[in-house]
Amino acid sequence: MKPKAEAVIIGGGVHGCSIAYHMAKKGWKNVVLLEKGTLACGATGRSVAGIRHQFGTEINIRLAKESVRRMERLEEELDYDGSIELMQNGYLMLAYSEEELDLFSCNRDLQKKIDPENLTEILTPEQAAELVPGLNLEGLYGASYNRRDGHASPFHVTQAYANAATRLGVNIQTGVEVAEVKKEGNRVTGVVTTGGEEISTPVVIAAAGAYTKTFGEQVGLDIPVTPERHQVAVTEPLEMILGMMVISFAHGAYFKQTPHGSLLLGVGDPEHEVKDFNERSSWQFLFDMVKKTTFHWPVLREANIIRQWAGLYDITPDSQGIVGKTAVEGFYLDLGWSGHGFQLAPAVGQVMAEIVSGETPFIDVSCMCLERFECGKLIPEPACV
Amino acid sequence: MEENTIICRCEDLTLADIRAIIKKGFHNPQEIKRLTRCGMGPCQGSTCRELLLKEVASAAGKSVGELEMTTFRPPNKPIKVKSIMMGVEQDET
Repeated sequence: MKPKAEAVIIGGGVHGCSIAYHMAKKGWKNVVLLEKGTLACGATGRSVAGIRHQFGTEINIRLAKESVRRMERLEEELDYDGSIELMQNGYLMLAYSEEELDLFSCNRDLQKKIDPENLTEILTPEQAAELVPGLNLEGLYGASYNRRDGHASPFHVTQAYANAATRLGVNIQTGVEVAEVKKEGNRVTGVVTTGGEEISTPVVIAAAGAYTKTFGEQVGLDIPVTPERHQVAVTEPLEMILGMMVISFAHGAYFKQTPHGSLLLGVGDPEHEVKDFNERSSWQFLFDMVKKTTFHWPVLREANIIRQWAGLYDITPDSQGIVGKTAVEGFYLDLGWSGHGFQLAPAVGQVMAEIVSGETPFIDVSCMCLERFECGKLIPEPACV
Repeated sequence: MEENTIICRCEDLTLADIRAIIKKGFHNPQEIKRLTRCGMGPCQGSTCRELLLKEVASAAGKSVGELEMTTFRPPNKPIKVKSIMMGVEQDET
């Protein structure tokens, strides 16, 4: 007899684990989560894991606000026996043109309109340099800053959700890859693993980043998502010199210092990247990265790089996530976060659990549905790399 | 004794630390690396990797060869940003 599940979640990144936890909390029994590698081994664990309020669309501002609040007390909520390494010393967005600064001001106004408690402020170059001593002011027009933003460890946040989900009865299986999502008529009926095992289930939630496209095809849905490699290098641990996360959209560069002391330096090169699933790091990146990050912050010249890696953004045409139910009954999506997905997982996990349970989600995410690409109702997010 | 035996010198992890996480049920060296930083330091696990594998193997009742090795990542040895930058500057002149 085939094993049965009430629901199968594909993908053990932070979104899959957050959905699993929130579903179990709502009383779902016999939820199975399948991860082909280890938890957080894909885009989640490879990300720099910034957390911010500073978005430019209403939906992301709402999701971010809820998610930051949850991150602040996540260890307590999930009763985690470790630290998620949350550092909440702000997030600084550098503007290199008048237009970019205007955009940041508009974003701030929208954030404050939606959430009067929002702390985002626009800084002069000099004020930015006070926050990051040694910051290069060349070409800098100003910055957007929110002191309640920050970053965390993607491994520990994912593990915290996974542990809590497991305690509530979710069956998390790592090293198990889904080969196919099965459909009969217009309804999903199960999944088959690469090992040939079939699990029959009426509910499949695909949260596998850019890999989700294949599962869509199997049930007859066109999911417009492409992988895009972004790379990160890490330095040896240094004395704490950088409290906040710093980003430049104009250069596609971002950096942070973890509580452990190491600096994470990330750069993407969307213009030249081949859109495939290559997850290996490149020498070219090191050149590009040192050029950009030492431009922003010349003191980095003295740091030692010890490792580098790459990960895949799951890019959609409007750089926004694809969330919720689909035209295929029982088939749900949570993907396409285009490089800002880690931080939104706390709120999106609950939203997904509510949608799958047939409830009205606490944040209306209907604008993020898959159908928007057919009817042209795109919701471009201006504040992302 | 376990408390005083250093496994990962870069990240200051003892045998007791490693045994504690294995005891929580983690039998994959990659997972242990990500959660404890074992092998993520400047030496990239040149000493601790094998010690970690042996500990996991004996706890899991497997041979070291059956375990998934943690990833070696470039540039393998620490390089100063300045040194890479000098290469960039040379290329550009």
